[in-house]
Amino acid sequence: MRPALEATGLGVRYRRTWALRDCSLAVPAGRVAALVGPNGAGKSTLMHAAVGLLRPARGSVGVAGEVAFVAQDKPLYEGFTVAEMLSFGRRMNARWDDQGARDRLGALGIPLDRKAGRLSGGQRAQVALTLALARRPDLLVLDEPLANLDPLARHDVMRTLMGEVAERELTVLLSSHVVSDLEETCDWLVVLNGGRLQVSGDIEDLLADHLVLTGPAELAGALAARPTGGAGVVSGGPAGRQATLLVRGAPALDPRWQARPAGLEELVMGYLRSPESAALPGLAGVGT
Amino acid sequence: MIDFQLDRGSGVSTYLQLVHQVRQALRLGTLRPGDQLPTAREVVERLAINPNTVLKAYRELEREGLVEGRPGMGTFVRRGIAGPTLAEHTRLRRGLEEWVREARAAGLDQDDLRALFTVVLADAAKEGAA
Repeated sequence: MRPALEATGLGVRYRRTWALRDCSLAVPAGRVAALVGPNGAGKSTLMHAAVGLLRPARGSVGVAGEVAFVAQDKPLYEGFTVAEMLSFGRRMNARWDDQGARDRLGALGIPLDRKAGRLSGGQRAQVALTLALARRPDLLVLDEPLANLDPLARHDVMRTLMGEVAERELTVLLSSHVVSDLEETCDWLVVLNGGRLQVSGDIEDLLADHLVLTGPAELAGALAARPTGGAGVVSGGPAGRQATLLVRGAPALDPRWQARPAGLEELVMGYLRSPESAALPGLAGVGT
Repeated sequence: MIDFQLDRGSGVSTYLQLVHQVRQALRLGTLRPGDQLPTAREVVERLAINPNTVLKAYRELEREGLVEGRPGMGTFVRRGIAGPTLAEHTRLRRGLEEWVREARAAGLDQDDLRALFTVVLADAAKEGAA
């Protein structure tokens, strides 16, 4: 099956600075993909390139089907009412789902005669999401959809989004700073760091393939020096007499190590702390 | 209809929490053969979780023979879990409450209680398997 989003050797440059380098990834259709990384990692750049708002300097990026994009500041026409934005969308889009949009806004209790400028942060987010979903996209790209929202509004936005994913084959790519917001909702992980791709893969597979080890510091050296045949230390090291490591694969362990499964946040942090580590399909040092 | 709850701090994976809650409802008789489970959409619109998590839980329950998916209709309970009757539950609960009171009187705190219970449960499982 054709991936919903595919980048090959993608590079994007702003004047003389590379915002994104040599990025190759494929997000399968129907996935909810989390795009995470620190500020300036290239998340927005990847999104803008994916939806065609930025021209790549190198390589290519392609989307299967229709794509809808909601930018970080959730731009709405401030002087327009919600109803006016709906009717504008209806005229601009052949496959506009007007009834679905009205039903959703009704269920959320958002008045159609309210001007965008007078909506609360949570309502703006819901209206922006509703307008994007009404276009019935195959791929929905959301740049920081949860930023500046209170916990209740974050939950409501995710409920709307997950409901739509359950209803039809929709692929979502969404960026966030807060990994814990994504834990229950996303099933694909993309980690960008300093303009480079570090991780791209199925979250369940990634979690099953990583362990957190805790043990005496003197053992850390031996483990780090292991020849990496698919398995190896991702990050971490001794802190005093004890060492804590994030490892990939299933190394044969000294019984003095205590091993436990890695959480999503630990996995992301582990990679971000070691920019030279990577977990990418088709590269050396990666499982099947 | 079962009303799923999520304990995000429990450390138990979300799909297992859903499986456990259906099993528990079957044991207590709040879910009975023929009852319909909520659709994936209904669950995710309440809990804000990935639909695949719900489908995975339902597949597991189906594998155990507890529920069945009827194409285009939904997922339905096939059979209950034969367990102690409700009266038996009450009697056992009283016994456990008595035990907790005794343990507290002996100076055990919440964590001690949990640890002890877990160890005994694990040992019993081992004996059962042997």
